[in-house]
Amino acid sequence: MNKTQNSQRTAYGEELVALGREDPNVVALEADLGKSTMSYLFGEAFPERYFEMGIAEQNMMSTAAGLAAGGKTAFASTFAVFAFGRPYDQIRQTISIGRLNVKICGSSAGLSDFGDGSTHQAIEDVAVMSAIPNMTVFTPCDAAETRKAVRAAAAIEGPVYIRVCRNPVTDYTKADDVFEPGKLRVLREGGDVALIAHGVMVDAAMDAAEALSARGISAKVINAATMKPFDYEGCARLCEGLRAVVTAEEHTFIGGLASAVALALRGRGTPMDFVAIMDEFGQSAHSANELYEHYGLTASAIEQKAAALLGV
Amino acid sequence: MAEAKKSVRELQRLATQIRRDVVEMIGGEGAVGHLGGSCSSADVIAVLYGHKMRHRPEDPGFAGRDKFLYSKGHAAIAQYAVLAELGYFQRAELKTIKALGSRLQGHPDRTKTPGIEAGTGSLGQGLSVANGLALAMRLDKTGRKVYCLMGDGEIAEGQIWEAAMASAHYRIDNLVGILDRNRLQATGATKDRFNTEPLPEKWRSFGWHVIEADGHDIEALIAAFDEADTVKGKPTIVIADTVKGKGISFAENVVAFHNGAMTKEQYEAALAELDARLAELAG
Repeated sequence: MNKTQNSQRTAYGEELVALGREDPNVVALEADLGKSTMSYLFGEAFPERYFEMGIAEQNMMSTAAGLAAGGKTAFASTFAVFAFGRPYDQIRQTISIGRLNVKICGSSAGLSDFGDGSTHQAIEDVAVMSAIPNMTVFTPCDAAETRKAVRAAAAIEGPVYIRVCRNPVTDYTKADDVFEPGKLRVLREGGDVALIAHGVMVDAAMDAAEALSARGISAKVINAATMKPFDYEGCARLCEGLRAVVTAEEHTFIGGLASAVALALRGRGTPMDFVAIMDEFGQSAHSANELYEHYGLTASAIEQKAAALLGV
Repeated sequence: MAEAKKSVRELQRLATQIRRDVVEMIGGEGAVGHLGGSCSSADVIAVLYGHKMRHRPEDPGFAGRDKFLYSKGHAAIAQYAVLAELGYFQRAELKTIKALGSRLQGHPDRTKTPGIEAGTGSLGQGLSVANGLALAMRLDKTGRKVYCLMGDGEIAEGQIWEAAMASAHYRIDNLVGILDRNRLQATGATKDRFNTEPLPEKWRSFGWHVIEADGHDIEALIAAFDEADTVKGKPTIVIADTVKGKGISFAENVVAFHNGAMTKEQYEAALAELDARLAELAG
């Protein structure tokens, strides 16, 4: 299969501009990383509606809250690690309790900022953001889906967190696909095992399905682009009759996809395993792939876990 | 229509009534409440809601309104009092404060209470929110203002200073900060616990227009807010010198009433003192 790749962060910036063109109430804020998150594109198109907040993420989030309380739809972006952690209290207290229309883009999420090391690698952002009542969490798998997540975020009443990768990712969704917030989506049909993934791990899951197919195992690949509200019922339905389920996420196994799927399938007896980062921080490396190999976030890891559950 | 401007005496009455409502909300049955900081800011609240701000109690979401934000959200009971006195909701509802299911939470919640613009309570965040509200007004060309009241203990929070820089950077002149300089915080005198002075110099150096005023002098407060209207291209802060627990003799300048309980006798003495003041102002 010929893979094409595109940038989620370019998709974020471009879609924000498109949205801004249609809706004068859309504003954007940035904390000196606009050239990385690509929010600077919005700033070039709409300088009056773009607020550079300096290297002050807490102030950025509370200012976004004020803009939202004043009737705006405020997109605030920075590296994921500074988007969910440092301003956690601001996101919780004013934005989330107040159900304000602040849309947070956590860019360069997971291990994708490979060189900068553990301080810049958000491996627990989905867990932390999902734990906040009123928050919606999107984990798009490719550029086209990122555009749709931006659209969906703008349409939702209340706060949204969108997780975006730094590096180009393989295209699996198309421009005319329907993005349904809160729904799992089957990318590849299969009858033996379900591989459920989000973000960059969708690519690994698709590769694993291909490898399993060569071994005579039919794998269904499911894309979890909304981590909250998680589609518990859909998950149970889609996994019904399958002999095993493997989850894959570029995130700690605590409080992410593995946890959500385990909850969805509780009491059903379906054998399950997961591919995720164990309870540890990331580190610097020369490429993201080097880190994915090191932490076992690979197609072959998914394939092996699925095969082991099936006893082959 | 906008609330008619009240006279100085009417504003003094309103401030006294706010204090009386605050005392009643806390009660004398052992419940704690933020008596001190609510009473120190009652005159500012009365002047803003009763005179300065354009707002419509019968239509809290009215687009052409000025907005007030208590950054020190624990003083929300004073805001509930003024909102009730002016008709945002029935005065009887004040009795439900902090009760399970009440619209009047211990700290302000915009999703529950009419007239609350944004939630505050985690200290040091209100000024940033006020900047956002003011920027939204600027984009919408409403020509209105945001008033944000902070505590002098609260400004130990670093985010206040991030916000102060942002207000100056964006030349937010439709924002007026008010610093309730009552000189006490939860555990003692601010200068001893964690000194945030010198205040005028700090704010000036951050690019703000600074006005110092007696925070219990209605006419001085009106003059300060009127002066703020004339300042263009930069934000203004009114540093209001106040007395914590103002208007209730036994609570004035007493740290214990930051968030304390009143005995039955204290409760009755407070009501008697405030009733006497109301009678004086009526005469």
